[in-house]
Amino acid sequence: MSFLSVTNVTVRYGRLTALRHANFKMAAGETLFVTGPNGAGKSTLLKAIAGVVTPVEGQIQLAGQVISGTVPEDIARRGFSMVPEGRHVFGTLTIEENLRLGAGMRADKDAVAADLAGCYEVFPMLRERRDAPAAVLSGGQQQMLVIARALMTGPQLIAIDEPSLGLAPKIIDQVYDVLLRLRDERGLTLLIVEQSSTRALLTGGRMLLMRSGEIVMEGDARELLRGDALKQAYFG
Amino acid sequence: MTAILQIVFDALSLGSIYALGALGIALIFGVMRLVNFAHGDYISFCVFAMLVPSTDAMSEMFLGSLPTIVLIPVILLIGAGVSVLSEIIVFRRLRDANPATMMIASFALGFILKHFLLMLFSSRPKSINLWPDLGLPVEILGARLPLLQLIAIGITIIILVALSAFLKRTRFGLEMRAAAENFTMARMLGVKANQVILIAFAISGMLAASIGLILAAQTGTSDIQMGVSVMLVAFIATVIGGLGSLAGAVVAGYLIGAASVLMQVILPLEARPFRDAFVYAAVIACLIWRPQGLFAPKSAKQRV
Ligand SMILES: Nc1ncnc2c1ncn2[C@@H]1O[C@H](COP(=O)(O)OP(=O)(O)OP(=O)(O)O)[C@@H](O)[C@H]1O
Ligand SMILES: [Mg+2]
Repeated sequence: MSFLSVTNVTVRYGRLTALRHANFKMAAGETLFVTGPNGAGKSTLLKAIAGVVTPVEGQIQLAGQVISGTVPEDIARRGFSMVPEGRHVFGTLTIEENLRLGAGMRADKDAVAADLAGCYEVFPMLRERRDAPAAVLSGGQQQMLVIARALMTGPQLIAIDEPSLGLAPKIIDQVYDVLLRLRDERGLTLLIVEQSSTRALLTGGRMLLMRSGEIVMEGDARELLRGDALKQAYFG
Repeated sequence: MTAILQIVFDALSLGSIYALGALGIALIFGVMRLVNFAHGDYISFCVFAMLVPSTDAMSEMFLGSLPTIVLIPVILLIGAGVSVLSEIIVFRRLRDANPATMMIASFALGFILKHFLLMLFSSRPKSINLWPDLGLPVEILGARLPLLQLIAIGITIIILVALSAFLKRTRFGLEMRAAAENFTMARMLGVKANQVILIAFAISGMLAASIGLILAAQTGTSDIQMGVSVMLVAFIATVIGGLGSLAGAVVAGYLIGAASVLMQVILPLEARPFRDAFVYAAVIACLIWRPQGLFAPKSAKQRV
């Protein structure tokens, strides 16, 4: 059975239809990349799953339960963690407070402490500055913080909107190392929006290609990227 | 020396009221971008709750005759109650509406509360006899100060310290600060919007109730307009402090209190009736100098 299923979902902003009849499914532990030109509706798709925008049509199910029409905090509590585009750190909160906020809904204190230690191990820079307000971090460091914070929620599925944007290649490697390790160790399901195809080529997994609000192609990432199909889809 | 001391304490006690008011407004603005103009009417509501409803000129104590140790929590609860109810009945339904709509709704709600009180008590100010012993002067460094003034200042400080400990040290406090900065992101991390907003309204209502208690004891009168005039200054304080900044609201509240008291002292006798005009002129100058307020939170600009 699929872990996430998006069925016939349409989202409108006023008269603009940003997402039209989107359909796809993800199995638990799977990696799915979403790519496509600017304005294709990639972020809108993620926001619809997170409950930040409400579809006018269609249904979204997570782990067998309908989540479309419910509020973001309930969806988060069902194991969906979202890293939206643009680095939304809480600038007045310290780095550790940002991380702890992510863990706020978890009851298991020991697991939270272990995850916090894990975060600091992977991103030692965060530990060094744990008591500083998050606003002082550089853009790349903020990106690390929001991903670490999303992981602190103890998610089953993490959706990340353009994790590589503005990060140095070395840091991108680091971020993907963490994500793939969690996927392999804990069966974390990854839904990642990336404009560049390099990561999908390296990582493998499935890929959706979107254009003007529609999913126009779906398949194995490497196969899609090898053929001309993608180029054609991109440039019409 | 004693004159200066007197001025300092006057400024502190007037500033305390403005600071508490500004804080109540800033808390709600923080979590829902609402300037709640009904806030002042919560203050009046709490004051009148101490009296027996009647349109006679004579007033009779109702809740006000309870022993202090019961009276204070009861009035705080009443403040929290009206505030929370207005969220549940009115503001919750307008949460996705634009800020102007919410603000107008808050005006309307304030109007309804005011007229409800008018109906029960008529528009005549009434005397209220709360803690008369506290009006007695005590001598500090040669200055004779009403005990109540000292208590009001002390209580305000306790409230400010307690609130900042709540915000810094508890999980709800953490969630409230995060929600004030970026509500949508906080919700995506599992922060329950309704819960955070209800807590903010409850605290804000208790702040209004504390102002009501202090004003009733200080002035010995209950007046339907009393909350509204505090609300106006408190609102200005939140703007000067930088809308959304709690610390800014408190500091600006004390600054306006100090400015009012100072004007009263330094203005020539003939100009004193226009004291408030001078205070507002200072406010305008301050806003021209820093339109974003003294402590504008950076996040307010880059909101999603
Ligand atoms: N809040 C909004 N209000 C109105 N229109 C919006 C809003 N958000 C997005 N849009 C529009 O919806 C369409 C899809 O936007 P979306 O952000 O989902 O695209 P995207 O694929 O993520 O693009 P990008 O690669 O630039 O991030 C675009 O035309 C965009 O202008
Ligand atoms: Mg996008």
